[in-house]
Amino acid sequence: MSERGQKLPSDVRVGVYVCHCGVNIAAVVDVRQVAQLARGLPGVVVARDYNYMCSDPGQELIRQDIRDYALNRIVVASCSPHLHEETFRHAAAAGGLNPYLVHMVNIREHVSWVHPDRERATEKACELVRAAVRRVVWHEPLEQARVSIHPDVLVVGGGIAGIHAALTLANAGKRVYLVERQPSIGGHMAMFDKTFPTLDCAACILTPKMSAVQAHPNITLWTLAEVTRVEGYVGNYEVEITRWPRYVREDLCSGCLKCIEACVYKDARFPDEFNLGLSKRKPIYLPFPQAVPQVPVIDPATCIQFKSGKCKKTCVEACGERGAIDLQAVPKVERVRVGSVILATGFQTFDPRRMPEYGYGIYPNVYTSLEVERLVNASGPTGGEIVLRDGRRPQSVGIIHCVGSRDRRHNPWCSRVCCMYSLKLAHLIRERTGAEVFNFYIDMRTPGKGFEEFYQRLLEEGVHFIRGRVAGVSDWALDPSEEGKLVLRVEDTLLGIVRRIPVDMVVLAVGLEPRSDAEELRRLFRVSCSAEGFFLERHPKLAPVSTFAEGVFVAGCCQGPKDIPDTVAQAGAAAAEALALIDRGSIEQEPNTAYVLADHCSACRTCVSLCPYSAISIVGGDGRPHAEINPALCKGCGTCVAACPSGSIRQHLFEDEQIVAEIEGILAGVAGG
Amino acid sequence: MALRRYLYYPGCSLRGTGVAYDESLRECFRQLGLELVELEDWNCCGATSYMAIDEGAACVLSARVLALAQQQAPGVDLVAPCSACYLVLRKTEDYISRYPEIRSRVEASLRKAGLPVQIGVQVRHPLEVLWEDVGPEAIRKRVQRHWRGGRVACYYGCQAVRPYGEVDRPIRPTRLDELMEAVNVPVVDYSLRTRCCGGSLTGTIHEVGLRLNYILLKEAVRRGAEAIVTMCPLCQFNLDVFQNEMERQTGEPFDLPVLYFTQVLGWCLGAELEKLGLRHLIAGRDLVERWFVKERPVEAYV
Repeated sequence: MSERGQKLPSDVRVGVYVCHCGVNIAAVVDVRQVAQLARGLPGVVVARDYNYMCSDPGQELIRQDIRDYALNRIVVASCSPHLHEETFRHAAAAGGLNPYLVHMVNIREHVSWVHPDRERATEKACELVRAAVRRVVWHEPLEQARVSIHPDVLVVGGGIAGIHAALTLANAGKRVYLVERQPSIGGHMAMFDKTFPTLDCAACILTPKMSAVQAHPNITLWTLAEVTRVEGYVGNYEVEITRWPRYVREDLCSGCLKCIEACVYKDARFPDEFNLGLSKRKPIYLPFPQAVPQVPVIDPATCIQFKSGKCKKTCVEACGERGAIDLQAVPKVERVRVGSVILATGFQTFDPRRMPEYGYGIYPNVYTSLEVERLVNASGPTGGEIVLRDGRRPQSVGIIHCVGSRDRRHNPWCSRVCCMYSLKLAHLIRERTGAEVFNFYIDMRTPGKGFEEFYQRLLEEGVHFIRGRVAGVSDWALDPSEEGKLVLRVEDTLLGIVRRIPVDMVVLAVGLEPRSDAEELRRLFRVSCSAEGFFLERHPKLAPVSTFAEGVFVAGCCQGPKDIPDTVAQAGAAAAEALALIDRGSIEQEPNTAYVLADHCSACRTCVSLCPYSAISIVGGDGRPHAEINPALCKGCGTCVAACPSGSIRQHLFEDEQIVAEIEGILAGVAGG
Repeated sequence: MALRRYLYYPGCSLRGTGVAYDESLRECFRQLGLELVELEDWNCCGATSYMAIDEGAACVLSARVLALAQQQAPGVDLVAPCSACYLVLRKTEDYISRYPEIRSRVEASLRKAGLPVQIGVQVRHPLEVLWEDVGPEAIRKRVQRHWRGGRVACYYGCQAVRPYGEVDRPIRPTRLDELMEAVNVPVVDYSLRTRCCGGSLTGTIHEVGLRLNYILLKEAVRRGAEAIVTMCPLCQFNLDVFQNEMERQTGEPFDLPVLYFTQVLGWCLGAELEKLGLRHLIAGRDLVERWFVKERPVEAYV
């Protein structure tokens, strides 16, 4: 390194520790030889090998040596820093050393687990240790910044996941802002009639929670609202929420619904969104009987007053002195400060028009499963009567599983809930109409508490199960018995024959997929998405509700398809994580952040636009403008460091001297020492 | 409309049983200002039977057609009206790009014949050309005659849309229906539009081929169609020539004209009656004669 004019800092005293990791490392790497090599390196005072460095005695070894040998740099050659960097930093700190004077070398994942040849593996381990020793001498003590955690929480999405998370937090005494895009909370669950496998009524278990949200003093509920801007960082998010006008004031409305009755439209004329167009509503309407808030909403796209300005405004008249109807309402922007965020934005169902072979949108009696949920619901368009579009009661029903799911042309994943909800619908249809019900499945997937038992029950109830992916649905009648029916053609893979099954009604068990605008939300909150578009958890097993954006948690189907019990469990977990963060009060931040040499910076702004975390701004406008990096926002990705044309951005723990020394350490080995 | 030029590969069918397709296609394209230049020295495409026996050799055979196109008019699209030709040529392009062993065999043969080995020719079906290069709206504006005939069932067959889905989407295609509607020909919702016509089975296992044909014709009648509109010479042949035999066997009367889409389009666009190859049709003669009559085109009829 002297060739590059770098001076070795004086008084460097390095301790090197080579771990056996039982036989994980020692079986391939000659750990004694590595330690012996380390002993001969400049600056190294002591080098040891030990069976398990991460064990208590192993850590004690480091602590003791720091005291005995006055060590001021530590190198540990063991496993991945992902696993034990924290451990060894703590050990050094316990010995009185700044934790950032420790450097780890990964000779397990990078050496012993991937190289079979003992001699060459040992050689590589030696080179890595040499590089680490040269690097660590350039390490400097660093301090962790602490950021305080604002105790308020934002929950985005008012389905069962958002509701459960909000209530858990609110019951723990935290202030929660619950933001829902629709005019009512409740989400998809509010549309269901029964829930599998217990067949308990969805409304009966959901509506008490919806009312609790409404009544809770700690919850601020904003419906018809969307998050439009997010700034800040863990503990200190500033969020802008746009509230679209309902045109009926929630603070004045008593929920008497007289305005709806009085609307100049005597009959409901427009497709009802909540019933998926299976019924009609007026321009002023309540989404569904148990809606929370229990306040009507005016749809400006269908209301005469908004379209022509020439309505008699009978709704305003009906409301009378209360004056709750406000046709002049404009969007309102709310700004809140929160410490953490829970994303619970749910899913959308697969649009079966993408599979014309199943005839959705072509034959009127082909329904999606969600439409049938509304049909069987007592508060649905038919009052719970299962009837076809022409009013007939179906005598035979075919339920096609895996529509859009487990299909390489569309969504490759299993949507997890379709088998079970298909069983539930099969049961309800059979119970209420006595129809013959055929389930067409690829595999029955019933891995949940009471799920398999429910499947057995259905088998005993006489529901038919045919294993095979349906090729197509058509109204092509081959003989008089098929006349007027929908014919499903399917290869029955258990019988090994192609069958034609004529039915009156086809139900498509559509899969779950990410919401089409999930990407916008992903960008707002700077979280990641998996390839399929679901929000990505930090670790699939060990951090299932955390995201790569600190302080932002996920719950429910926005993270991946799941049923109600799993959704509620995840929502509870997300709330618990948020609570843990809040109760800590503050968190330390890794000091591997970038910083600007203000004297060198020409304020060219290259870094500002490149920073994925919006951590860089230009300051000192009047005097000498230069870039400044907010360490609380910086994630240490190094993009700006590499991009800065004048080399005036540097990064802690990735300083030029450290990296150059490390490279030279490796190359010294290549050159033969 | 600027004259667009295409290379034209009739294949054997359009010189034999499908001559009505050849005549009406040329006339239809002429009406729309599309020029067809027949490929010189073309050979058999190899069709499906050769493909089934020796893929490599079959690819060499049809690659020669592609190479000739490349040589005679580089950059000009090759129109293959027969669905079997279209599919085999399209498949050959695909296989050459995907399978090195087929590519090297094809290239060796083409080199020996002194033909170009780098082939960049686009193979297209006439339906695709009319839809994409002209478009239903432009065709609607050029309609010159009121359709006097009855409702038709549009039958796509299997080979043009599968597996590539470039002529139209593979499942429930609609372009032919929409073209017919563009020239004011009423269509029925024909759910068997891509179901097998029997292909060459009518010649090999006759009763099976006949059964498949019967299903198609019967469903068209059930739907209220008075004629079937096709876009493949083999489909047209199968549906057209066995109607008498079917009537004898089933006792059900069948007498449906089986038309090429280019015949219907051509008539509506004001083509000369003699140039549409109508004399080659077998079934439904009465209707054909009643529907396609000498009539002066109506100017500016929309």
